[in-house]
Amino acid sequence: MYKIDCDVCVVGGGPAGLAAAISAKQNGAENVLIVERDEALGGILQQCIHPGFGLKLFNEELTGPEYYGRFVIVAKELGVKTLLNSMVLEVGEESVICINSEHGVCEISAKSIILAMGCRERTRANIMIPGTRPAGVYTAGTAQRLINRQNEMVGKKVVILGSGDIGMIMARRMTLEGAKVEAVVEIMDYLAGLTRNRVQCLDDFGIPLLLSHTVVNIKGNDRVESVVIAEVDENKKPIMSTAREIECDTLLLSVGLIPENELTGKANIEISPVTKGPKVNQYMQTSIKSIFACGNVVHVNDLVDNVSAESKKAGAAAALYAQKKLKSKAAITVETGENVRYVCPQTVIPADEKVDLYFRVMKPQKNVIITVTDGDNTLLTRKAIKVNPGEMEKATVSVKDISSLKVSVKEA
Amino acid sequence: MKADVLVIGAGAVGTAITRELTKYRLNVICVDKREDVGGDCSKSNSAIIHTGYDAKPGSLESELVVAANPQYDKLTADLDIPFKRIGAILPAITDEQFAQLPEIKEKALKNRVYDVQYLSKEQILAIEPNINPEVKGGLFIPRESIIDPFIYVVAMAENAVANGAKFMLNTEVTGIRKDGDRVIGAETTNGYIEADYIVNAAGLFCDEIANMVGKFDYTVVPRKGQFYILDKNTGCKVNHIVLPIPTKITKGKLMTPTIDGNMLVGPTAEDLPDKYDKSTTTEGLDSIRADVQKLIPGVMLQDTITQFSGLRPNRNPEGLNIDVYDDVKHYVNLSGVRSTGLTNSISVGAYVANLLREIGLKMEFKDDFIEKRKGIVCIRELSREEQHKKILENPLYGNIVCRCESVTEGEIVDAIHSPIPATTVDAIKRRLRAGMGRCQGGFCGPKVIEILARELKVDPKEIRKNNSKSYMVCGKVK
Ligand SMILES: Cc1cc2nc3c(=O)[nH]c(=O)nc-3n(C[C@H](O)[C@H](O)[C@H](O)COP(=O)(O)OP(=O)(O)OC[C@H]3O[C@@H](n4cnc5c(N)ncnc54)[C@H](O)[C@@H]3O)c2cc1C
Ligand SMILES: Cc1cc2nc3c(=O)[nH]c(=O)nc-3n(C[C@H](O)[C@H](O)[C@H](O)COP(=O)(O)OP(=O)(O)OC[C@H]3O[C@@H](n4cnc5c(N)ncnc54)[C@H](O)[C@@H]3O)c2cc1C
Repeated sequence: MYKIDCDVCVVGGGPAGLAAAISAKQNGAENVLIVERDEALGGILQQCIHPGFGLKLFNEELTGPEYYGRFVIVAKELGVKTLLNSMVLEVGEESVICINSEHGVCEISAKSIILAMGCRERTRANIMIPGTRPAGVYTAGTAQRLINRQNEMVGKKVVILGSGDIGMIMARRMTLEGAKVEAVVEIMDYLAGLTRNRVQCLDDFGIPLLLSHTVVNIKGNDRVESVVIAEVDENKKPIMSTAREIECDTLLLSVGLIPENELTGKANIEISPVTKGPKVNQYMQTSIKSIFACGNVVHVNDLVDNVSAESKKAGAAAALYAQKKLKSKAAITVETGENVRYVCPQTVIPADEKVDLYFRVMKPQKNVIITVTDGDNTLLTRKAIKVNPGEMEKATVSVKDISSLKVSVKEA
Repeated sequence: MKADVLVIGAGAVGTAITRELTKYRLNVICVDKREDVGGDCSKSNSAIIHTGYDAKPGSLESELVVAANPQYDKLTADLDIPFKRIGAILPAITDEQFAQLPEIKEKALKNRVYDVQYLSKEQILAIEPNINPEVKGGLFIPRESIIDPFIYVVAMAENAVANGAKFMLNTEVTGIRKDGDRVIGAETTNGYIEADYIVNAAGLFCDEIANMVGKFDYTVVPRKGQFYILDKNTGCKVNHIVLPIPTKITKGKLMTPTIDGNMLVGPTAEDLPDKYDKSTTTEGLDSIRADVQKLIPGVMLQDTITQFSGLRPNRNPEGLNIDVYDDVKHYVNLSGVRSTGLTNSISVGAYVANLLREIGLKMEFKDDFIEKRKGIVCIRELSREEQHKKILENPLYGNIVCRCESVTEGEIVDAIHSPIPATTVDAIKRRLRAGMGRCQGGFCGPKVIEILARELKVDPKEIRKNNSKSYMVCGKVK
């Protein structure tokens, strides 16, 4: 086997891995290595050729490649090493095993490890759409890869299920490529993705958005010939009397992302049943102290800017850990109060610093007060005009001397 | 094109017959209208090698299944087919079911299945803790086994090719020519094939072939079976095939590990007129949930990674029939190979070969029949050392294309250039599992299209999922 030594090994070279590697370097780790299975760095952003990245971080609207391009330049300048075309198969406390066509099986030993494998898309089977199994049913991200990286058009008459961001972006992309997008169908009574994407990708192109609707059947033996859609009742059960058939050759699914955690699970790292990603503290440290995690592998982010910010913390902490400078103290669990589905980090170590608590709500709500409390002690209150499960919220609080932590969202 | 024997259908049954005939000095051609071997029914079933314990005693099906089961140890070892003797448990959940056990055991004896054993409640829960704790007791059928049904047919076909048979795919039989009272050849979408003998192993469509020779004595009424496949990591698994106590109407719905460690749950049994309707339905899938929960209350169907259905070629009037006729000579007709055809195919091969001899086919035994076949190397199953060596030999084994099942580009290229070339996305999937994991091809699909196009030297828009109209992409972007 081919052996490699490093201080910090980063698994995945998407925006999370890149930001983490840079920050590890900047925080004193000498030998930082990114292992990436693709032939290039950039992760999912390689296929996101639309603008909309970097508004928060750079105050500019960049395309995906422009956004990660900036990080790649910095990483190169700092001397971050990369091993491309290398799929990681196993992660241990201080080792990473990957396979690579040039070197064969590589065994990397590292003082700390950062997981940044991103996420994958939920499939047709996950949501159990009945019907036949023809060609032409794609997840939106797969279609995006085919179109934007392989220049292959996936179909001409399209129905999109799910109003996630990728779905809406693909509705616009397919339209610009001459396809007819018949409808974007969403089972919930609210939008899954960002409002700005609805305006720019659907409204501007006259693509109908059907809320409280779902696909109840797929027809066609060889290639998709049509899909049947129907309205759903308040329990999300289809009302079959409202069913109607839409002729199409393609069904795109934008029905959610799941953190890619096969490796994490195999390493016996504790995984949150809610986010489906590893549980972390504010240093993005997992239940195995030498292993850190950041980006979509931890929880699905809608804005890459947040990913970069969070990954910076992971990189810094992993560098300190590698230099034996990261202190380990007892952590407290962050509680989820009213209308809060999850908070990331899941645990916080009391310290003389401010911590960003990222969280998502369970249901949309208007005119709310967001509070973070430590028992009877209120650490933060903030008003919001509306909150939405599709848009992540952030609350920054000082965690010095706290003995508990709870995030809640209540009506004002 | 000329054959001594023309076999119609490259499912489990047709392929097994074809391979059996290559043990003799014969020129054998097997045709199928599909793009790959593996059949219709033969690729969507429970994948169990049955013992025949519950067959109708004295029937042809009983004879063939009981004779088939013991052959699989050697056959699967010779042909490199994944196979495991995991055994089946029949738990009796109600008192009424418990009272039925002696009868089931007696029927097994009548079928000459002598190794069925009683299990107590404690014994069952010790070996299969996820079974309903209400269980009263049950039976254990040790030789009920699981197989990879795709690799089974591919391996049999490849072995047949190694022994001189020819497979013609994308070749649909549209008519059969007769001279007086005997068949002499078949019209196909790929030209006329002259044949001294013809075997009809067309599964669901065997009645249509029978009609072509002028036989109208039965019809095929498909009986749909829907299934769930669950993720390998699902929280509630079983180690054996867990079968319900059969009722008068159906064998019922089971839960079993697949050869790759997923859970298979189903099937339904729905009589339908449409031979092309392989859709899954909410009602069908819900009925599986309701029934299987009685056996395995903790089953986690939300961990499903796919749902599919298969159509049993149910015969009306019922029963497995292998017929020769006085008024249609040089012809063998198989029908009603309904619920155990994967298992009995191996004995059907020998049975049909003998029938052909009886109706006049000259069969000269070959002493150079090749018994062994080696499958494509499976990189994920090698040790790290072996993987390392393989990659240094061929760098393509170091490129993982399917992340869920760890399938490499090297294996895909091997499959495309194998004796029965895999030329479609589904053919790759069935041979290697690329696209069969939890992301269902979301990640590897685009790459598989690219590799297929490159290796077959065609444009990606020529690449199909399976059949000729199932295109994956429709041309370059603007
Ligand atoms: C279609 C789409 C549109 C989006 N649009 C916007 C937008 O307009 N604005 C915005 O701000 N954000 C947008 N986002 C979100 C943003 O792109 C993501 O939040 C961000 O890419 C997540 O970064 P990541 O590094 O965690 O994951 P990824 O970008 O997915 O990177 C993960 C990397 O890990 C590698 N990897 C995984 N497993 C292994 C392994 N076993 N071995 C080696 N390498 C491995 C992968 O190949 C990949 O390169 C969009 C996302 C998508 C999918
Ligand atoms: C739900 C279900 C569960 C089952 N479970 C099991 C089990 O656990 N164990 C078991 O042993 N059996 C099981 N079976 C039964 C088994 O799958 C079948 O008996 C067996 O696959 C039949 O094989 P076959 O080759 O006859 O048919 P098929 O696999 O259907 O093959 C017939 C072939 O003929 C071809 N063909 C048809 N017409 C033409 C034409 N005109 N020209 C050219 N080619 C043609 C078709 O394309 C097809 O490839 C199950 C079946 C189902 C549906």
